[in-house]
Amino acid sequence: MANSYYDPADLRKFGKITEWSEELGTKFFEYYGKVFEEGALSAREKSLIALAVSHVVKCPYCIDAYTKDGLQKGITKEEMMEAVHVGAAIESGATLVHGVQMMNKYDKLSM
Amino acid sequence: MAIKSLKARDNELAIANKQLNILDGGIFAEGELPYFKDKIAEIGHFPLRPKKLEILQINVGYMCNQVCEHCHVDAGPDRKEIMTRETMMLCLEVIKNTGAHTLDLTGGAPEMNPDFRWFVEEAANAGIKDFIVRSNLTIIRANKKYYDLPEFFKKHNVHIISSMPHYTRGKTDKQRGDGVFDKSIKALQELNAVGYGMPDSNLKLDLVYNPSGAFLPGDQAAMERDFKKALKEDFSIDFHNLFAITNLPIARFLDYLIASGNYEDYMYALVEAYNPVAVSNVMCTNTISISWDGWLYDCDFNQMLGLKVASKVKHIKDYNEEVLNDRNIIISQHCYGCTAGAGSSCQGTVA
Ligand code: SF4
Ligand code: SF4
Repeated sequence: MANSYYDPADLRKFGKITEWSEELGTKFFEYYGKVFEEGALSAREKSLIALAVSHVVKCPYCIDAYTKDGLQKGITKEEMMEAVHVGAAIESGATLVHGVQMMNKYDKLSM
Repeated sequence: MAIKSLKARDNELAIANKQLNILDGGIFAEGELPYFKDKIAEIGHFPLRPKKLEILQINVGYMCNQVCEHCHVDAGPDRKEIMTRETMMLCLEVIKNTGAHTLDLTGGAPEMNPDFRWFVEEAANAGIKDFIVRSNLTIIRANKKYYDLPEFFKKHNVHIISSMPHYTRGKTDKQRGDGVFDKSIKALQELNAVGYGMPDSNLKLDLVYNPSGAFLPGDQAAMERDFKKALKEDFSIDFHNLFAITNLPIARFLDYLIASGNYEDYMYALVEAYNPVAVSNVMCTNTISISWDGWLYDCDFNQMLGLKVASKVKHIKDYNEEVLNDRNIIISQHCYGCTAGAGSSCQGTVA
């Protein structure tokens, strides 16, 4: 066993999840592959979305994978950083918009 | 970026055998990753054999005005290996009689060979269908004596293939050196001005893209779209095709991979992207590579690894296409670079 929770080498083993549940694993990877194909959105746009989401869900594996994927697709570092900011803005916005709930509750409880 | 070649730096990777030891050892010797040989044996392609010869690729010397960090030739201004006119004459004999339809001159910067123009003039008359010169673009702007190269190429109907790592300045200069981007843009505009790369022009101008780092090239068609759009919008540049080429783990790129701690991950990525369909079309199945000193190789990569063809005919002075075509191609783990994803060759993807 590794003595830390995240090991970069584990990313290479992702495919192995299929070994313990062939059907679900295979279905997942098929779906995953399909999602990232060129469609109404280009593969390039999808890669940037994936990068932003990777940061929001704070998955180090995904961040490594989609930084590399972006490089492969010729995406510039400025584009990548802007995508991360989009994720961060939504995430902080999602926190802050709850401030309205706090305000509502405050007002309701106050005389 | 590297200021000098590995050779000038006395780096041990300048010795081909050291590179081969690395490619045969480590994660492959430990069985973590399969040998290329075993992988192609699974689909009945071992030993790897040539098909019909289509391309003669001649490396006229390792001297170059640039010292790109990823260079598999380990080229640079300090490299003195240059093809002599005598060897060129032997090549011309071969060009006149070959069954190949394409002649592909490469380097280094082929234009720096003092006999380059003479050779092009002679070779252009030898009845070859497609005559390619791999020009790094900046050479055209490097010195006044090269300024007329676009006209010279046009006169001999040379097909130009040039490397352009990215359509942004930052990425280009990082891989190939400061100022390379601006000079390359200027050179492309000059090639366009004499008719190269224009939509309906017969003067072919193709670009080569290879990744500036430890990652694989993306989809060739998508990259071509992005390059065309950006170069047109920002600089009014036209070109024909973009070839996406995978960096093979040899010479300076191997040195970079090891020094940056990316070697194992890169080899994993190559093996993971292995595409059996690409195997039957790898470059060595239709190409012969000739070095500055006249030796024959399966490809430019094997040339840099010092792996001469496994044939009775090993040198241009004994050239015999029939004998040569009846050989086994020498392979090692660097070959995974040719079979990753859509495959990779000097003419782009193969699958
Ligand atoms: S990659 Fe091409 S331009 Fe760069 S150093 Fe090597 S031969 Fe010269
Ligand atoms: S590196 Fe050379 S020998 Fe190996 S597969 Fe590629 S072209 Fe063939």
